Amino acid sequence: MSDAADVILKMENITKVYPNGIIANKGVDFSITAGEIHGLVGENGAGKTTLMQILFGLNHPEKGRILLEGKEITIGNPNAAIAFGIGMVHQHFMLVPSLSVAENLVMGVEPRKGVVLNLPEAVRITRELSEKYNLKVDPQAAVRDLPVGTKQKVEILKALHRGARILILDEPTAVLTPQETDELFDELKLLKDEGNTIIFISHKLNEIKSLCDRVTIMRAGKNQGVFNVSDVSEQDISRLMVGRDVILQVEKGPAEPKETILKVNDLTIVNRFRKNAVDDISFSVRKGEILGIAGVEGNGQRELVEALTGLGKYAEGDIGITGKDIKKLSIRGIRDLGTSHIPEDRMTYGCAADLSIEMNLIAYKHDHPDLNKNLLMDMNAIKDISDDLVEEYRILCSSPQQEVRRLSGGNIQKVVVAREFSSDPKLIIADQPTRGIDVGATEFIRKRLVTLRDDGSAVLLVSADLNEVMELSDSLIVMYGGKITAYIENASSITEEKLGLYMLGLESQGDDEIGRVCHD
Amino acid sequence: MTKSQRLFEIYRTGLVILIALLLSLVIILLVSDVPGEAMKLFLTGPLDSLRHFGNVLEMMVPLLFTGLAISVMFSASQFNLGAEGAFFFGAIGAAFIAVNWNLPPVIHPMVAILWGGIIGSVFCGIPGFLKIKWGSSELVSSLMFNYIAYFFGLYLINYFLRDVNAGAMVSYPFAESAKLIRIIPKTRVHFGLIIAALAVVFTAVFLHRTRWGYRIIVIGRNIRFAKYAGINTDRAILLSQVLGGFIAGAGGSIEVLGLYRRFTWQLLPGYGWTGIIVAILARNNPIYIPVAAFFLAYMRIGADIMSRSTDMPNEFVAIIQGLIIILIAASSFLAKQRHKMVVKEAML
Repeated sequence: MSDAADVILKMENITKVYPNGIIANKGVDFSITAGEIHGLVGENGAGKTTLMQILFGLNHPEKGRILLEGKEITIGNPNAAIAFGIGMVHQHFMLVPSLSVAENLVMGVEPRKGVVLNLPEAVRITRELSEKYNLKVDPQAAVRDLPVGTKQKVEILKALHRGARILILDEPTAVLTPQETDELFDELKLLKDEGNTIIFISHKLNEIKSLCDRVTIMRAGKNQGVFNVSDVSEQDISRLMVGRDVILQVEKGPAEPKETILKVNDLTIVNRFRKNAVDDISFSVRKGEILGIAGVEGNGQRELVEALTGLGKYAEGDIGITGKDIKKLSIRGIRDLGTSHIPEDRMTYGCAADLSIEMNLIAYKHDHPDLNKNLLMDMNAIKDISDDLVEEYRILCSSPQQEVRRLSGGNIQKVVVAREFSSDPKLIIADQPTRGIDVGATEFIRKRLVTLRDDGSAVLLVSADLNEVMELSDSLIVMYGGKITAYIENASSITEEKLGLYMLGLESQGDDEIGRVCHD
Repeated sequence: MTKSQRLFEIYRTGLVILIALLLSLVIILLVSDVPGEAMKLFLTGPLDSLRHFGNVLEMMVPLLFTGLAISVMFSASQFNLGAEGAFFFGAIGAAFIAVNWNLPPVIHPMVAILWGGIIGSVFCGIPGFLKIKWGSSELVSSLMFNYIAYFFGLYLINYFLRDVNAGAMVSYPFAESAKLIRIIPKTRVHFGLIIAALAVVFTAVFLHRTRWGYRIIVIGRNIRFAKYAGINTDRAILLSQVLGGFIAGAGGSIEVLGLYRRFTWQLLPGYGWTGIIVAILARNNPIYIPVAAFFLAYMRIGADIMSRSTDMPNEFVAIIQGLIIILIAASSFLAKQRHKMVVKEAML
């Protein structure tokens, strides 16, 4: 559909298999034309990032070839990619936090005075680039002090400074507030007008519609087709992406909150930089309701969850679960009160990836009398409950004896969720429960959370995904800078824009309004 | 692990051993004036008489114990190298009881072995305790502790057990009732081999079929996950070190009661170090420990026999052992083939 002469870059028949046996790309063809913004969409685990990592030299395909302006090239490493004019902005920023913006920008291609860095020149370069592309940054600010949106600008400038003509952005909006996203889109359109080509990875279809010229859709490691964005609807894209119609709307009736399960009073947590990561907050969660915590990551949510689950300490204040003070309790003690925890990082805390699904599923109850016969573990009983959970939670695996490492992200998360949800929890702390997993698993987990709520669990939902936190929660609190900036009693009553203002700390409710989150 | 992965690991280990053996033959070819004779003795010497094969089994016993001890400690991802000291110190403890106490036959060695085991437990437990209490590296402290074991042990022998009428620094003779019986006539193979076999079964069951073993293995694979799941990681780490120390200490006791009439060691015997190779070869899995221990014992006895009748020194075994460790630890050895296998399986 596009004239062959316009094609700037072409990937043919790319196949990539990871060491754990997962096929990330299977015979993928991908091409982009000069001067377009090309969307690359697909569920988590569909192989978008892998394909782009191959293009940037971070991964090497088993099969296939890459053509740049008609010539076959080999991209051995990121330096080679940069030499070909390909730049990438990663999901996780690759910046040195303690250095200034200018120093980060020129790193590796520093202007020198003798043997030392010519800092004034670096600052000048930064300012010039910043003005040229209308990406406003302060060259002398330390990167660690910058908000996420600005860090992203530094990353983009860094790629441009290295001569990138083709810019790959890997889910750039995942960490941004609605306001920051709008700003980014304006900047990207400007870059396109300057003649740059942009590959924009996302799974948010409204963003694809408003930003991209063309879109490539991937599913399960395969290319499902390339379209002009104006020719397809969001529904069309989503159907190709998931392979069926999806209703991401979770159906749930109104909450019927009962007694308070979790009570947090004047909690303050000091982090290792001696800053108040959580600053004198109070709230409560009742049986039969889902309280969401919205907020940009790094505003105290992690520390709060660590304190609630016993993984971290807290300096001042009280946390009570089912009326018991947890300050002196071990992690086990807190779990025994009926607390379940879906950790934000499933590979670090959520599983032992080298062990089998079975061994992961029984982690919390491995010493339960049901699973032990005198001194020995009852392997038959373990097998039975594992088989049941694998079936009930539809964990896709060859057998419950399979290593967790060999599962896809969504299925690993289902292992975590199956373990945590199956212990009759009174309180569920769900920290980013659907991060980085496919739509099917996401839908499944969200529905389960609602079911558990209806069955009488209290749910505290922490999520950086605005859609998730708005749709799933009954009530919401917003955290910014370790404080609660807003309490929204009816989560469906607020707009994304308004929520964005609270998340950025630009607006804050009064103490009285926030105080209503403490019931009884 | 899937079946093909497990087969691949066995193939990889086999290839490592083959390479090591081929290299040893090359060394013999280069160094020896009678390479044909030397090779023959090295490879088949242990099989040429019952006595020689008995030597292999005798050599296996201490390696089984130290290999098991280390696989238990390493299973918790604690690189405690104290098995050497625990083995030595446990042996001294057992010697004390064998010399000084008067007990009926079967009871006497049992008490001595238990006591040696307890001493080994304390010895390996201390680095574990220092680790969980103050986060000090168990690798460094256990390594240093081996010297303490050695010199303190010599002091104890010298001042409390030394037979002044004997020509060398050796203990008084053990009571007859304390010695382990021989189980194969015309060899020195003693009852310790049977205890070792029981220890293999016990350790395998303990690690893979009990809740305590489960905790140790989970900690070894991902300690953060273990904590998150509510496992008391400090307690389980300590348990693994204490149990490993016990096995090593009991192994030392069994070694002296089975093979010697007095305590005669003037140097650390080195079985703790060889035990590390055993554990690495067996991938810390107790079930494979006998295979690994047999292989190393066979090689050592082969080298011994060879060195007695030819010009080849038996120290060259150390070169082979070193090569085995390097190749097995090198994760990139055969990594390409492994990846090809993964790709092939995935594309099916």
